[in-house]
Amino acid sequence: MRTFISDTLHLLVRHLRTTLRIPIWIVVTLVQPVIWLTLYGQLFRRVVELPGFGDTTYIEFLTPGVVIMTALFGSAWSGMGLIEDLNEGVMDRMLATPAHRGALIAARVLHAAVTVLVQSLIILLFGLVLGASLPGGIGAFLAILGIAALLGAGFSAFSNGVALLTRREETLIAVINFFGMPLTFLSTAFMAATLMPSWIGVIAKVNPVNWGVNAARDAMAGTNWGGVGVNMALLAGFVLLTSFFASQAFKVYRRAA
Amino acid sequence: MNAIVVDHLCKTYRNGVDAVTDVSFTVSAGEIFGLLGPNGAGKSTTVRMLATLSVPSGGSAQVAGRDVESDAAGVRRRIGYVAQASGVDRHGTGRENLTLQAHLERVPKRDIAGRVGSLLEWIGLTEAADRLVNTYSGGMKRRLDIAMGLVHEPEVLYLDEPTTGLDPETRSALWADLKRIRQERKLTVLLTTHYLEEADQLCDRVAIIDRGRVVIEGVPSDLKAKIEGDSVTLNVEGRTSEGASVLRTMEEVLEVIEDGDSIVARVAHGATAVPALITALERAGIGVNAVTLSRPSLDDVYLHYTGHRFTSNGMAEQNHQAPANRRGGDQR
Repeated sequence: MRTFISDTLHLLVRHLRTTLRIPIWIVVTLVQPVIWLTLYGQLFRRVVELPGFGDTTYIEFLTPGVVIMTALFGSAWSGMGLIEDLNEGVMDRMLATPAHRGALIAARVLHAAVTVLVQSLIILLFGLVLGASLPGGIGAFLAILGIAALLGAGFSAFSNGVALLTRREETLIAVINFFGMPLTFLSTAFMAATLMPSWIGVIAKVNPVNWGVNAARDAMAGTNWGGVGVNMALLAGFVLLTSFFASQAFKVYRRAA
Repeated sequence: MNAIVVDHLCKTYRNGVDAVTDVSFTVSAGEIFGLLGPNGAGKSTTVRMLATLSVPSGGSAQVAGRDVESDAAGVRRRIGYVAQASGVDRHGTGRENLTLQAHLERVPKRDIAGRVGSLLEWIGLTEAADRLVNTYSGGMKRRLDIAMGLVHEPEVLYLDEPTTGLDPETRSALWADLKRIRQERKLTVLLTTHYLEEADQLCDRVAIIDRGRVVIEGVPSDLKAKIEGDSVTLNVEGRTSEGASVLRTMEEVLEVIEDGDSIVARVAHGATAVPALITALERAGIGVNAVTLSRPSLDDVYLHYTGHRFTSNGMAEQNHQAPANRRGGDQR
């Protein structure tokens, strides 16, 4: 266990350092929420006049949705770095050391969670600047960050698992594109649940992205903490499931060598 | 004491490719041992099995007294593995790469900074230590690779094609480095190469590996001694076997091998023998299209021990060696 934690942390430092060395990543991370929130916020501003949204501004409705959407896309590409490591021989070099096997994947999942945390923080702050209110207070703020990090960890593990099974960037891109947008639109990220077609509502119930959006929105309102707890528990289950998938994929990868 | 014992090792990939069919050899502690063979002969696969990266399909191997299958963790602690496909993190600096490697190799924390510093100095990368590896030249990157394999002072170091892809100057500089390792550190080195010259320069003993099998094991000078003289390759218009038997009767010819449209004759002095060889063939009514004269090369060693050239089948075998992105860069 001690080697697992220490290896994970050392590898995490490597991943974070790499990320911070890509200036374009930092720029996009800062600019993207601005674009999402202003663009969608303006375009759909009057949607909240429909019955079913309650008395909220659209920016307040949208902010948790954009936090979760960014968490999804920020983490779903996590497997790309792993594929680079496979192709460059970095993974082989590490597998020939006594390094803890689980740490090699855990560090990537943790890295995704940390970057999602930073991105969510920026979006939340910008949302507040644009006029969203946060009745849930500081507790809500921290809860939303936690929810985004959980979602990010779950999708990162999924992405790394797919990367280990396919070992091709093209395949991973196809898989992530296939899941990414539908999962976003099969959730309440942009539209209130009561206004969804019923079949979308049914699918949304088993969609981790929807759990994240609902949890973040409830936390923001600060009224339904029980619902926040349930959805966070579901997300924790999702993280366990995808982590199990990733570790099995890693075993398959090592056995095929 | 034996540092590496390989006993009838074989490896069949899931797609049915026999990468290694029967490899056995023994490496004594402190020796530099070369696995010599063309691309696709099974060298990298053998090393990957000895580095616990690939599970053997049959046979057994012990490294530093530990079994690669039943005690993989024990083997990993005692080996340094420098793959052909570098394996350094291009987005990190030399120092960061070495430091992370030291952590993963369980070097005691208090020793890491000091050891990384002295290794960087030892490979002449002190000034470039804090630059991204992306900016390194091929030779610098290779020296960093090797330093990373040494950071935990392993008992056995694997070098898979250490000089492939390097220019001749860098290659001979690296040879000097490897000789220095041998002098300064007590360790056993297993290196793979497809350069006879490299095996000759660096290795105490070599095993020649062809199509997944060890065909001969020995001291390089002995192997070369058996391939004395020059090789004359005669490209003829058909009837090669008839031509070969004509040449076999000639006194100055040491060995004759048929190879497709060509007859390869080994003779003591190529320049003087060529006219006689051509005359003999033409007298038998066999026209000669082209003649090539060469000093003994790996090709000839191969030809001698396997009866075929490695260039052609080496290329063919390259295509089905291992799953696409796993082969550790055999064709880089």
